[in-house]
Amino acid sequence: MAFTNDQLERYSRHIILKEVGAKGQKKLLNAKVLIIGAGGLGAPAAMYLAAAGIGTIGIADADEVDLSNLQRQIIHATKDVGKAKVQSAKETMEAMNPDVKVNTYRTFVTSENIMELIADYDFIIDGTDNFPAKFLINDACVMAKKPFSHAGIIRFKGQLMTYVPGQGPCYRCVFKEPPPKDAVPTCKQAGVIGAMGGVIGSLQAMEAIKYILGVGDLLTGYLLTYDALKMEFRKVKLPAETKNCAVCGEHPTITELIDYEQAECDGVHL
Amino acid sequence: MNITVAGVKKEAADGLTVAQLIEQENVETPQYVTVTINDEFIESGAFDSTVIKDGDSVEFLYFMGGGR
Repeated sequence: MAFTNDQLERYSRHIILKEVGAKGQKKLLNAKVLIIGAGGLGAPAAMYLAAAGIGTIGIADADEVDLSNLQRQIIHATKDVGKAKVQSAKETMEAMNPDVKVNTYRTFVTSENIMELIADYDFIIDGTDNFPAKFLINDACVMAKKPFSHAGIIRFKGQLMTYVPGQGPCYRCVFKEPPPKDAVPTCKQAGVIGAMGGVIGSLQAMEAIKYILGVGDLLTGYLLTYDALKMEFRKVKLPAETKNCAVCGEHPTITELIDYEQAECDGVHL
Repeated sequence: MNITVAGVKKEAADGLTVAQLIEQENVETPQYVTVTINDEFIESGAFDSTVIKDGDSVEFLYFMGGGR
């Protein structure tokens, strides 16, 4: 597949990078990334991935755009209120870059559908807002041997880590099981500064891009934490030992996906 | 003794346990925090019995559930 003149111009700032080049840009155009959650994290991640020319982007979300989303979910506009988030996200991405094929999945992720959802994708981005979904994504990616980026944001803080099969701990190595419903505050209860999704979601997109290009060091084996008020990033080393993990360890006790009780954020379930 | 807590060097009393440090540091939702010492997990059941040693580096890892 040769580049068109438009593509050469569109991706010129990528192609000029020695870490990308024409070869790397082709890798991006041939890559498939799934974003679960078209919200605070998923919106900026999706937009940067679309702009970068990720050839196939899947986006899963069961919800509709609400006015209270627009303070941070920059892929949606005022005119989109009431529209399915996946549809609104698809329209924005397609308007940004016609090279991108967007697959929409207007659904909650559950133990029933997640394996099928992730099967076709090279890299998964967790842009969900609740622990049951985050644990489900982790366990499914471990079982399906799929790399993914986990992230969470609340108030003026955010954090993320990258899982690559066989290259370090998974989310469940660090956090053994979801906290009880409402034990840890959600964004709806506690608030979140809108730009936090931009910072952390963009970092998730960056991890996906680096993974696809095969360049640099991924955030495997580390949890990157960001405190906006202190203006402090910390890259916290995680234990390398994963053999006792209930899902990715040597003798896993979790061998089937679990639908934990749904805690809520924004009153929805994804 | 001198220890490092979340990247910050501090003086601490000898014999300090993980549970006591969690209280001293006003850790948010302490029953759900993940603790590592020198890049090793400390089981939550062992917070009371684990004594921090001079030179140890302690990290608190927090659940962060938001995102959408």
